[in-house]
Amino acid sequence: MARKITNNRKIINTAAAWGIGLLIFFPILWTILTSFKTEATAIADPPVFLFFDWTMENYSVVQERSNYGRFLWNSIFIAGGSTILGIIVAIPAAWSMAFVPSKRTKDILLWMLSTKMLPAVGVLYPIYLLFIKFGLLDSVLGLTIVLMLINLPIIVWMLYTYFREIPGEILEASRMDGASLKSEILYVLTPMAVPGIASTLLLNFILAWNEAFWTLNLTAAKAAPLTAFIASYSSPEGLFYAKLSAASTMAIAPILVLGWFSQKQLVRGLTFGAVK
Amino acid sequence: MATQNSRSAARLMLAPAVILLLGWMLVPLTMTLWFSFRKYLPLRGGDQGWVGLDNYVRFVSSSSFWPSVQTTLIIVGGVLVITVVFGVLLALLLDQPMWGQGIVRILVIAPFFVMPTVSALVWKNIFMDPVNGLFAHLWKFFGATPIEWLSQASIQSIVMIVSWQWLPFATLILLTAVQSLDGDQLEASEMDGAKPLQRFGYIILPHLARAITIVVLIQTIFLLSIFAEIFVTTGGAFGTKTLTYLIFQRVLESQNIGLGSAGGIYAVILANIVAIFLMRIVGKNLDA
Amino acid sequence: MGTITLKQVTKSFGDTQVIPPLDLQINDGEFVVFVGPSGCGKSTLLRLIAGLEDVTSGHIEIDGADATNIPPSKRGLSMVFQSYALYPHMSVRKNIAFPLKMAGIEPEIAKKKVEDAAQVLNLTDYLERRPGQLSGGQRQRVAIGRAIVREPEAFLFDEPLSNLDAALRVNMRLEISELHQELATTMIYVTHDQVEAMTMADKIVVLQAGVIEQVGSPLELYSSPANRFVAGFIGSPKMNFIEGETAAKYDAHAIGVRPEHFILSNKQTKDGWEGKVEVSEHLGSDTFFHINAGKQGVLTVRAIGEYALRHGDACWVKPDEDRIHRFDAAGLTLGS
Repeated sequence: MARKITNNRKIINTAAAWGIGLLIFFPILWTILTSFKTEATAIADPPVFLFFDWTMENYSVVQERSNYGRFLWNSIFIAGGSTILGIIVAIPAAWSMAFVPSKRTKDILLWMLSTKMLPAVGVLYPIYLLFIKFGLLDSVLGLTIVLMLINLPIIVWMLYTYFREIPGEILEASRMDGASLKSEILYVLTPMAVPGIASTLLLNFILAWNEAFWTLNLTAAKAAPLTAFIASYSSPEGLFYAKLSAASTMAIAPILVLGWFSQKQLVRGLTFGAVK
Repeated sequence: MATQNSRSAARLMLAPAVILLLGWMLVPLTMTLWFSFRKYLPLRGGDQGWVGLDNYVRFVSSSSFWPSVQTTLIIVGGVLVITVVFGVLLALLLDQPMWGQGIVRILVIAPFFVMPTVSALVWKNIFMDPVNGLFAHLWKFFGATPIEWLSQASIQSIVMIVSWQWLPFATLILLTAVQSLDGDQLEASEMDGAKPLQRFGYIILPHLARAITIVVLIQTIFLLSIFAEIFVTTGGAFGTKTLTYLIFQRVLESQNIGLGSAGGIYAVILANIVAIFLMRIVGKNLDA
Repeated sequence: MGTITLKQVTKSFGDTQVIPPLDLQINDGEFVVFVGPSGCGKSTLLRLIAGLEDVTSGHIEIDGADATNIPPSKRGLSMVFQSYALYPHMSVRKNIAFPLKMAGIEPEIAKKKVEDAAQVLNLTDYLERRPGQLSGGQRQRVAIGRAIVREPEAFLFDEPLSNLDAALRVNMRLEISELHQELATTMIYVTHDQVEAMTMADKIVVLQAGVIEQVGSPLELYSSPANRFVAGFIGSPKMNFIEGETAAKYDAHAIGVRPEHFILSNKQTKDGWEGKVEVSEHLGSDTFFHINAGKQGVLTVRAIGEYALRHGDACWVKPDEDRIHRFDAAGLTLGS
């Protein structure tokens, strides 16, 4: 039963929503705009909104000055690596819990969740110490492992909720058709769960990309990803708004695009299926 | 619903994840617990032995402890109130028919994807800088003296930055919950003569109660450990030292591992108290 | 060869035993139907044979070899599931070819087999479609196709027709029967519908609460049910049971008369029971009367389609003395 909505109301709704939406988005928009300004225009009073001489100079300066490419590569490697490793460990685990549930399944799931809630700062020094001991400090590998571990519960959970929607009879059918466990997972379960696995990959890539406790505390120069690269701009010397904006835009642009694709999965992933 | 065969396969396949997480949880936590009972100053004499509960007592009785608890509570509480109240309103608005709903959604969600160091830095400099920040320009335009946000109103500023980051999360989850509300229920209540405000109070809000609880719990866990926003903006100065930040300073800046570890154990206990409530809700949902 | 033997098989879920010790022999080429009310354990029994569930104790032999601990993929059986359980991400061709791929059969041979099966099942035009684009009946056929290409020792069907509409169900019933004639492979078929059981089976296994009540050909079950449960379950409409004084006359705790074994008259007869028509259901070919026969209770009586009795009419019914089933207090059939 569609309800008749007066056009007036729709116009008011639209205006209000767009107004608020733009207000919320404004800091991002302003950052992007500033990245195309000269330093002088960037701090001009009154501020210039759109009508200025657009320049790409900041982007080239930022890249030259800071070897942006290396930070970017570190971010991609750490976020991508930790997510893929996590998925590899999580798919079998989620399969087990979704299709061969036992009395303890629920407890295991909740326990996994509880590890996610451990405050990082509580184990900062031990991890720091272990990293030194194993030579992992300021290494991409070390960070990849840590981010994999902190996101593993979310990955398992997300996959579990997706797998649960796949009827068990189809997997049984594959067993009757002579499929081994490996074939069952490889040829039947995984292809059927592709949308779910993709969403899981996406969301966890974003979470790992934006992680800003371990990436700041466990890296120095070599393995620093974009989070640390940006944080390095907070030192008072060399504060240039336009360049800061350019660096920021480069750090957030790829993830904003990915993020918009993953809105729906965001809810499932971050509420552990508690809100549908 | 399964054979012995598949059950043992299941156990085998579950093992790597469980072992990894078990190691990740137990090893560092045990170490923290161990350190918390020792006087351990790596740069000033190293491990100087067993001190019992000394670190726990000293952590709580230090002059920065209670202010940090207060700061933590203000930040967490402030952000929760702002994100939940505006989140509900925004979710209700976005649920209304309008043009360009998809685009508005995208605009509203965007801040969640901005990495914390970027948002902290952008807010700190481009917006809140007392000389060149956009707010300073705005204040001057109206003839007011620009505020030195991060020193004069430091906590409020951080609450604002963090709220901006988390409002999308709250909105998105509450919007999902609003959309799951049965339209017939609202129509029935309208037939029963409920006015818009009554419909909100008696139908919509109770329906949202669960989602709000979840938003509050999840955000609390994340907010208790916010780090980058403070690290980048004030570095813990001007009364913005949260419990997390205090522990961080004890461990890495003053290299007092014993004291920091005791603080870490406090933080773990605090987070677990919140987590228990969250797990109850999630667990109940799992049975359904 | 497809003989399947169950020896003292039991199944428990936790503390509840769903199948007490059970023996059953299924011969090669037989069409065996497990029938019983929902929750009687018939699907569990099928899953035990398939290997999808472990037996709690006892042995399952396939072709004389102990298969109790062999995983389902290696038992050489095919199964058609209630939900069809087609692989949604594969085309019909790939669905049917899947078991062959798993068996490592060469692609050209597999292709030939898939196309032959598609021919038999009228699926040739649909080979490139996805299951989601097919009707219920077509999906059912794909599931059967997937089962036959394996050339299994035996086919297992788990209520395969229950998701189809009535007309299609009759068609598929015939098709499955034809398939059985053609392949002459052992088939085990689970259903709660006694009509399916009666029409398709060589041998029916009637189950209740995990216990086999009777095993026999459809006609055996119809004409000499071992007990009151089987008597009531087989046959439609259900057999009438009469207890008390009337049954005592026949030296039984209860007697059973099928609706088609009454002689109905609209005139008073000497030894008929007097009754009044409550409801009459005209099906065209037959008419079912629900007749309130006083102390005999309400009886269902079958008559020819044109039988002219209406609600409220008086009538007289008399059971066919040769076809009265007598039961003792425990529900077991008494010998004649």
